[in-house]
Parts: sequence; structure tokens; C-alpha cells
Amino acid sequence: MLDVVLLSRIQFALNISFHILFPTITIALCWFLLYFKVRFDLSGHPVWMRIYRFWVKVFALTFALGVVSGITMSFQFGTNWPGYMETVGNIAGPLLGYEVMTAFFLEATFLGIMLFGMHRVPQWLHTLSTLMVAVGTTLSAFWILALNSWMQTPDGFVMQDGVAHATDWWAVIFNPSFPYRFFHTLLASGLTASFFIMGISAYRIYRGDAKLAPKIALRTAVIAALMLTPTQILVGDLHGLNTFKHQPQKVAAMEGIWDTEKGADMLLFAIPDEAQRTNHFEIAIPKLASLILTHDPDGEVKGLNEFIGAHPPVKPVFFGFRVMVGMGMLMLLTALIGCWLLYVRKTLPKQFLMLAVAMTFSGWIATLAGWYVTEIGRQPWLVSGVLSTADAATQIPAGNVALSLTLYATVYVFLLIAYIKTLFLMARRSVEIEEIQPEERLTQKSLRTAQGASS
Amino acid sequence: MIPDNLLPDIFAALMALAILMYAILDGYDLGVGMLLPKDNVHQRDVMIASIGPFWDANETWLVLAVGLLLIAFPQAHSLILGELYLPIVVMLIGLILRGVAFDFRAKVRQGRKERWDLIFKIGSFLAAGTQGFMLGLYVMGFEHSPVSYLFALLSATGVIAAYLLIAACWLIMRTEEDLQIKALGWARKSLYFCMAGILAVCLVNPLVNDSIFYKWFAAESVWMLVIVPSLALLTLLLIWRALGDVRVLQDKYCLQPFALVVVLFLSCFVGLAFSFYPYVVPGEMTIQATASAPESLRFILVGAIIVMPCILAYTVFSYRVFRGKVTELRYY
Repeated sequence: MLDVVLLSRIQFALNISFHILFPTITIALCWFLLYFKVRFDLSGHPVWMRIYRFWVKVFALTFALGVVSGITMSFQFGTNWPGYMETVGNIAGPLLGYEVMTAFFLEATFLGIMLFGMHRVPQWLHTLSTLMVAVGTTLSAFWILALNSWMQTPDGFVMQDGVAHATDWWAVIFNPSFPYRFFHTLLASGLTASFFIMGISAYRIYRGDAKLAPKIALRTAVIAALMLTPTQILVGDLHGLNTFKHQPQKVAAMEGIWDTEKGADMLLFAIPDEAQRTNHFEIAIPKLASLILTHDPDGEVKGLNEFIGAHPPVKPVFFGFRVMVGMGMLMLLTALIGCWLLYVRKTLPKQFLMLAVAMTFSGWIATLAGWYVTEIGRQPWLVSGVLSTADAATQIPAGNVALSLTLYATVYVFLLIAYIKTLFLMARRSVEIEEIQPEERLTQKSLRTAQGASS
Repeated sequence: MIPDNLLPDIFAALMALAILMYAILDGYDLGVGMLLPKDNVHQRDVMIASIGPFWDANETWLVLAVGLLLIAFPQAHSLILGELYLPIVVMLIGLILRGVAFDFRAKVRQGRKERWDLIFKIGSFLAAGTQGFMLGLYVMGFEHSPVSYLFALLSATGVIAAYLLIAACWLIMRTEEDLQIKALGWARKSLYFCMAGILAVCLVNPLVNDSIFYKWFAAESVWMLVIVPSLALLTLLLIWRALGDVRVLQDKYCLQPFALVVVLFLSCFVGLAFSFYPYVVPGEMTIQATASAPESLRFILVGAIIVMPCILAYTVFSYRVFRGKVTELRYY
């Protein structure tokens, strides 16, 4: 029988992994929607409205999944990690509270107007509602990442009788790893949404959709991906340096470095063996790890053996990191090919469309892999140096947790299948929709911009 | 400046507000989910369209309530959520299924819609039922005995009835013709169950719990004993009268039942809150004893004072945008 700590960890990982899939799309997708809406407001060209309409439906579905899986998260702290709230509740509580108050209500309320209110409010107010939802989703990321970063690199507090008390809220929120993690995560969301839009638009074109809307959406996504990928590589590198400074044991696990060494190699591949504390089948580039981390080919990198008993499990962190970076490289390549095809060759061959469809959920894989690196990399701590994961776990019977875990897993598998099937069904359906719908003719007339707008 | 010893009470009041808002707002939309008729897809569409723009914000009050419990009373939060572990899981799964069914039903293949509507209905029942069940266990001080579970089941029925009532009144207000008439029928039926439920809780609560009995029948709280039950009773009578008259379907009066049910919810809630104050976990933990550190409460209170009026303002704004009868089924 598995013990309750492990079960709780699996359950929390399952819940948060399932949850993060949806916000990581919606945070950035909403900014894309705002872009489409503003383009429509400025040009009056109905193609932008068609793009908006299609993606707002996708947004609604994705957002709903994010909301309901997020409600589950808010209960998990109390049900499975009572020690967490008892020890650091004074810090975590207010940050979560601000997330609910400033972000959740904002996005939830204006979502109603954004989805159902287009004909009930003036256009500018509808665009403003879209902006409010985008601000809401981003604020939500701000608060939750402030808390998550505080758990990685806690600051601005003192411990009194085993309970954390905040002394400086500014230091709590803007703790050392927060700015890096925040931008790294936002960019991850931008990339996830870009490849998501790219993939589904490519699918529509692949299925014979000759309309302008999917082409423009695809072009927008390719350009966004090309701008975001290099930025992400840069920010990711800075984030890595920040981790190297504050959590060297995590970096040692990411790089698979056992002994502290000067001029550490960068491993392209290896199989870390924690029992023998060594790697097998290494493929390495000499001195590159030192060069990246210390900007000196002979710089010193601390190895895992300096942290015996206090470093994370090596394999998941090591491989998670490689999956994330590998996926990032694939994304960069796809974006480059896409741009070259669009602007130099000016064609979209079937092979590229197929590649884009295959990459639809590449952002999910990279985000989850990165998330596992940072979260598993924090172990054995729940809050670095303050609270260990084992001390925070619930006392309730393991059988109850096993039962709830089974229920959640079943529901999530079912929902994930339904979600992906529905996405592609929506794409196929939109292939059959006519170029201009009757009500668009009316708006066109009233806007007097009909000339040449039906392309 | 607010003295430290007032902070726990302020947060208890904020939490009470969030729970009450949740019961009213998600109450009507869970109720609408439970009322979905099997045989009429058009009516189902209208009913779901009536809650479309609101359900998400409604559920956020639950997150706020749990959030406030967690922020202000972390130990109580751990204890309550630990005691209610399994019902909470069931409730969450109910809420998950319901929330996604709402979107899936409009987007899936023809013929699959029925299935998602059924999921929507089941999810609503699960969420409402478990909420009532948990309320019952809470009232019984998380006692694990057959009597306690029996009472929890009774409470589940009561909460389901209350949500059905407020949902039916919502539909009387928001819909027309056949559906409105049907809603009147639902409202009348659920009112009986509601009355029975309220009566049962009023009798059982002081009988099983000595401290609550003494609280209500103590000399200094005579005025509460007079006001709260008579307000509830008066509201019930007014609802009864309003629903008995078909004129309630006219535009001029159709808002009445919903407004009255809100008052009924309020009086029941005040009654319950008074019974347990100053305990946050009945008989075990007081508000004062479990409150978080004052510096944390102060930090969040500043935000709450600024943000809460904004939330209320744009909630009202959103209800104004979507006021009137639900006619349009266009989603986007």
C-alpha cells in the first residue's frame, strides 16, 4: 500500500498538471483574442471578427476547464496539505486571497460579457471586456507565481514558534526568483497558445478550408512563435542562472553533475544512476555547463554530492529539463520553417501543415516538463528551507486519498479526450461554414466598409 | 485604525458574506441545472442560456469563501476540509462535470448533446447534495454517528429543495410562456420541501446541541429569537402567496418570488450564523483562537476594502447588461 504522503503528492501533481494545461493556453490566447478584436475595430474587416468568433469559442471551452480544475486546487491545500497552511498560511493565504479578489472575479464577470454580450454592449465596451479578461488571467498568473516563487526562494519573513510571519510584503511578492519565473511562464503560455493556434489553423487548411481566416490566424501564430521562442530561450537562460544562485542543487540535478568540478561538461544525454551516484551513457560537450552557468569555461559548478540527503530525485529533473529544452528547439525550428515558407516561398505545403498539426500541443509538453523540473527540483522541501513536503501532508487515511485519486484520474482522462476531440470537431465544422454569414452582411452594410472586404 | 482583536470578526463577516452570496448565486444556477427537463431540448437551451453569462462568477464566490477560510482561519480550514474530505471530492467532481458540460453541450456532435445535458444535471445534483450533506455534518459538529449522517441526508434534501426553489423563481423572472408556467409549478413543489427542511433544521439544531439551545433561549438574545424566525416565517408566507397567484407571471410581479427567496436565504443564514458564533468549528475552535497573524489579515484587508466594492459594482453591471427575459440563444 502506498503511503498517504506519496498518494497526496501524486494527487496534487495530477490536479495541477491537469489544471495548468488550460490556463497556459488561455492566459496568452486571451491576448491573441484582444489583438484580433482590436484589428477588427480598427479595420472593420469581417475576417478579423470571424477569427475572433472561432477562437473565442475555443477560449470559452478551455477557460471552463481551467476554472473547474482550479476550484479543485483551492481545496487541495486544506484537504491534502494541512501542514502547509498551518506553517506558511500567513504568507500563502493573502497571496491566494489577492488572486481570487483581483483576478478571478474580474475575469469571470467580464467573460460573460465577452462571450454573450457582443450585441448587448457597445463595441468598445466589448473590446474592453476582452481586455479585462486578459488582464485578469495575467494577474492570476502574477499572484500564483509570486506564491510559487516564494516557496522556491522564500524572502521577507521571520519564523515565530514554527509559523512564518511576513515582515516585508514587497520582498515576499518580489522574491528573488519571481521576476524570472513570471516572465518564463508567461512566455511559455505565449508559445503554447501560438502553437495551439498554429496547429488548429493548419488542421483547418489541411482539411480543405480555403477561407482567409485560418490563413491569417496561422500567419499571426507563426510570427508570434518566431518572436517568442528566442525571447524564451534568453529568459529561460536568465532563470537558470537565478536558480543556479539560489538553488544550486536543482541545477546540479538538471545538469546531472555529481561531483563539484571546474569546467563542467554539458550532457546532451545520459542516464543518471542515483544508487551508484554516477551517469551511464554520457554524451557530453566539454566545459559548456560551466560556460553557460558561470560565463567562464573553467568556472566551478557544485555537484549533487555536496547536498547528499537534501537534493531532489535526479532522474525526473534531469530528463524533464531535456524534454523542455528539446521541445523548445523543435518549436524554434518549426517557427523558422513556417516564416520562411510564408514570406520567402509564399506557399504552405502539406508537409508543413502536418508538422504544425503535430506540434499543436507541443506547448503543453514543454510547460509540463518545465513545471516538473522546477517543482520536483525543489524537493525534499515544500517551502525551501522552511517546510519539508513530508511534514505538510495530511493525516487522513490513505484509502480515502487513493479513492479520490482514482476518481479524479478517471474524470480527467475522460475530459481530456473530450476536449481534444471537440477542438478538432470545431475546426472541421468551421471548414464547412460559408465565407460570409448573413448577419455579417448586415454589419458590413452598417459599417459601410463592404467594398473588398469579402476576400 | 482597526484594533487587532476586531480583525477575526471582520474576516468572519466577510466569509459569511461570501458564503451567503455563493448560496444565492450558485444556488440558482445549480438549481437550474437540476431542473433541466428530459423531454424538451428547447427549454433546456433557454434555461442554460439564462445562467450562461453568470455561472462562472457565481462559482468564484465559493473559491473566495474557501480562500477566506484559508487566509483568516488556517487551522479551521485544515480541520474542516480534512473532516469533509470525501464529500468535498464528490462536490468538486460534480462542479467539474457541470462546468464543462455547459460548454461541451454547445459544441459537440449532434446526438451527444443529450449526454452532456444529463451530465450537467447529475453534476448539479452531486454539487447541491454534497453541499447540503456537508452543512449537516458541520451542524452536527462532525460527529460520526448514524444520527449525524441521517441529519446530514436530511440537510442535503433541504439544500437541494432550497436551490430548486430559488432556481424556479429565477426562471419565473427570466423566462416566458410555457417554461415560465412550468417554473411556477416547480417553485410551488419545491416550496413544500423547503419548508419541511427549514422546520426540521430549526427543531433539530437546538435539540441536539445544548449550547445552541441556551444561546437562542438566553435572556439577552430574546430579540433574535423573535426577529429571525418571524422574518423567515413571514417570508415563507409571502412566497406562498406570491406563487399562489398566476399574476406572478406578469412582468410587473415576476421579480417578487426571487427577491423574497433571497430574503428567506438571508434569514436562514443569519439564524445559522448566530447559532454558531463565535465558533468557526462548532464546539471546538473559536474565530479568535484560530485567526491568522494580524499583519497578514491587515495586508489582505486593505485589498478587500478596495476590491470588494469593485467586484460588487461590476457584478451589478453584468446583471444589468443581461437583464430582461432570455430570448436570444446566440452565444457569441
